[in-house]
Amino acid sequence: MAREYETVIGLEVHVELATKTKIFCGCSTAFGAEPNTQICPVCTGMPGSLPVLNRQVLEYAIAVGLATDCEIARYAKFDRKNYFYPDNPQNYQISQLYLPICRNGGVEIQTADGGVKKVGIHEIHMEEDAGKLIHDEWGDCSLVDYNRSGVPLIEIVSEPDMRSAEEVIAYLEKLRLIIQYLGASDCKLQEGSMRADVNLSVREIGTREFGTRTEMKNLNSFKAISRAIEGETERQIDLLESGEKVIQETRRWDDAKGESYAMRSKEDAQDYRYFPDPDLVPIAVSDEMLEEIRAKQPEFRTEKRKRYREEFGIPDYDIEIITASKYMADLFEAAAAICGQPKKVSNWLMGETLRLMKEREVEAEDLRFSPENLAKLITLTDAGTINSSVAKEVFEAMFEENADPEKYVEEKGLKNVNDEGALRKTVEEVIAANPQSVADYRGGKEKAIGFLVGQTMKAMKGKADPAAVNRMLKELL
Amino acid sequence: MKITDMTALQLAEAIRAGQTTAVEAAEAMLANIEARDKRYNCYVTVDAEGALAQARDVQAKIEAGELTGALAGVPVAIKDNMCTEGLLTTCSSRILYNFVPPYTAEAVLNLKKAGAVILGKTNMDEFAMGSTTETSAYGVTRNPWDTERVPGGSSGGSAAAVAAGECFCALGSDTGGSIRQPAAYCGTVGMKPTYGTVSRYGLIAYGSSLDQIGPLTRDVADCAAVLTAIASHDEKDSTSIAREDTDFTSALLDDVKGMRIGVPNDYFGDGLDGGVKEAVLAAAKALEEKGAVVEHFDLSLVEYAIPAYYTIAAAEASSNLERFDGIKYGYRAKEYAGLHNMYKKSRSEGFGEEVKRRIMLGSFVLSSGYYDAYYLKALRVKALIKKAFDDAFGKYDVILGPVAPTTAPRLGESLADPIKMYLGDIYTIAVNLAGLPAISLPCGRDENGLPIGLQLIGDCFQEKKLIRTAYTYEKIRGAFPAAVKEVG
Repeated sequence: MAREYETVIGLEVHVELATKTKIFCGCSTAFGAEPNTQICPVCTGMPGSLPVLNRQVLEYAIAVGLATDCEIARYAKFDRKNYFYPDNPQNYQISQLYLPICRNGGVEIQTADGGVKKVGIHEIHMEEDAGKLIHDEWGDCSLVDYNRSGVPLIEIVSEPDMRSAEEVIAYLEKLRLIIQYLGASDCKLQEGSMRADVNLSVREIGTREFGTRTEMKNLNSFKAISRAIEGETERQIDLLESGEKVIQETRRWDDAKGESYAMRSKEDAQDYRYFPDPDLVPIAVSDEMLEEIRAKQPEFRTEKRKRYREEFGIPDYDIEIITASKYMADLFEAAAAICGQPKKVSNWLMGETLRLMKEREVEAEDLRFSPENLAKLITLTDAGTINSSVAKEVFEAMFEENADPEKYVEEKGLKNVNDEGALRKTVEEVIAANPQSVADYRGGKEKAIGFLVGQTMKAMKGKADPAAVNRMLKELL
Repeated sequence: MKITDMTALQLAEAIRAGQTTAVEAAEAMLANIEARDKRYNCYVTVDAEGALAQARDVQAKIEAGELTGALAGVPVAIKDNMCTEGLLTTCSSRILYNFVPPYTAEAVLNLKKAGAVILGKTNMDEFAMGSTTETSAYGVTRNPWDTERVPGGSSGGSAAAVAAGECFCALGSDTGGSIRQPAAYCGTVGMKPTYGTVSRYGLIAYGSSLDQIGPLTRDVADCAAVLTAIASHDEKDSTSIAREDTDFTSALLDDVKGMRIGVPNDYFGDGLDGGVKEAVLAAAKALEEKGAVVEHFDLSLVEYAIPAYYTIAAAEASSNLERFDGIKYGYRAKEYAGLHNMYKKSRSEGFGEEVKRRIMLGSFVLSSGYYDAYYLKALRVKALIKKAFDDAFGKYDVILGPVAPTTAPRLGESLADPIKMYLGDIYTIAVNLAGLPAISLPCGRDENGLPIGLQLIGDCFQEKKLIRTAYTYEKIRGAFPAAVKEVG
């Protein structure tokens, strides 16, 4: 009988914190600036420069710890992780090994069978990001951009509690949602503000001991993570089935090829010579500070769901989808506050927005239209200035480039024709041109009027209010 | 009196009184450097043009009444491990042979704000590792009292420049005695403040938890004035302490009545030169005669200070010096094959022997499997030493002893036997481990005419007690002779 295996997975998740300045200096963390324009003696490792902890980093780390049920250390330290690499200007990374800021937490995830499972968090620590190497393929040198050097990160290390790709994705989505709700990071996998390394091993079901694990890097999307987990599970089982051993190593996932490659084995593992950084004083977290951060914790999803139900009266299904992304929820609340029509805002999000997101493969965080413009669109439709099919066209322009609906409608001449005389003239022409339909209607076929409305709309190039057309037709017939 | 023979405070007073100017003072010092430094090699870099420009600027501000400080117009020298914007900063190492910092160290900025004029950068042991200034990549500095002898180290260039009349006062840094010991060998005053009193921002780190910048001066009053100028709370240095009691000149009192002075028996055991012992005990006696209460006691743990120090300092140094890799600044090997070979060759060629020895020692004590046995144990020893001092300061205001076991050794003697050189730090090192302030001042000369240093150690933040005791002793002792009589 074939042996049955189970996959054991633990995650190391790096999250770039949304602070305005870097972890140990005052340089900007803004993404996408010209290389080496957001640097100073500290984040380029100049001789004699010294790090000073950005308090916001500590607050975010504690906030994430509190939201994931961690114990917050009252006495924490930074340690130096020593290794030579050009993206690391000091040749040591300031991180936390011995006394991290958060420990022993966890989050609950939904499992495939509808149950609830706790994924433990071993620790959360703070550290600095490295710079970025740019390998010039046609030259004989590499260049380094230190703009990212010193950007604050937290690393969230889970327990090996996950058993499938679905659980991993559920865990990551949960973390992402919590961190976004806290405003501690935008957690964009593609841009690297959230990065996950997967530690995976397999074992025969019923075995107590863990198998030998590998660590998978370079996972830039949820899809890549799923594929990598499936691929690595299969690779390890194949090895065991053919009587070979899994080697403890770090592997790099190539998502285009759907394969992974060994980067370095445990034998090559460096000795990082960790020791407490003497340039940074130990962190003492006071009761007051903890209380302050606790008091500032935002409304999380559970509370939001309840409030949406009571305040806005929108369907539970809509609430689930809107609150699944902090960005979407913020967009919803802002647009509803401006136009005072929460149900209509919800309809736009649930309808056209989701449709276009799916079609264009856009994440909620990357939506471009502003709540102001969505509110304007709703107001224009309500006032009868544009009809619903025009509104869809305007919305697409908003979705693409955050077009201002008022200007767009004006420029493209999409306003409904409200000229009573012009409408009457067109309707008369339509009646004259379609004697059969007129006869059908007069003979009791109510449906026939739909054809006449359509003909009128067509004659008016869509710029009429269908309700007004309907009224006019009935009047003249 | 020739202006170059004045103390820093006397000079500033003369400038304020219009008897001379900052420009004349800078010119006179630059002339001394020109005439003497070929012989002593106190400086790695002399910035004659920059110094004269600063002097003109300072003089204009003094005349406009914008600069009234006690050091306005005084030409000073800076140890070459403190960053100076636009001015070469080498740490006396080949690996930084071309490093021009984009910013100035906070302590140097503070001194400039007080109106001091920077003459140049002084020679030192490479990266402050050494006790003789012989490990410099830019030649040895010679002791102005006897050019066949070392000036001490690592701030040997600063101490020798003060002694040789090549500056009025200087900044040094002290990780295990690097200000106090060269001050003793060169017959000048040197002080290591309480850890955290002077910002380390811009000081190129050796042992970060031990490093502290301090003054080297001609007398105790200058020392108090310079310390007052450089002490500050700096947001850029997390280990900097906000202190309010930083007018150290207020402690220049000729009075030690009731001052409780402890003389540790441990500091007078085997290995201490007879002449040094005699001079230091005579100083204690003199203070007792002025009303101090002098008592001998056992400090204990002194013999553990050296291994603990060399473990901690080397561990921190091995990490601090990783940034010198040939990539961003400094020396890069001419020929190399790939990244790792470039690191290896640049560092092998760029660092000197003593620096490499300490990097290897530090890397070893931090490596997995040895971390607990060496590094953590050294930290525990450090804590015990601090406790031994805490106990002592429960009974005494000041601890008095020698700075070094001998007077200045001959050139070449120390490097031949590094262990012996390390042992020479026995009286100074514990002070750094415990973060305490200590001052070194001349208390006589040996049979060869070489200066002998007296060390006074205080509890944390008790610099004023040290300055008061030192000032009183200086009055008893009288003027100390100059090392250099003639322009040579």
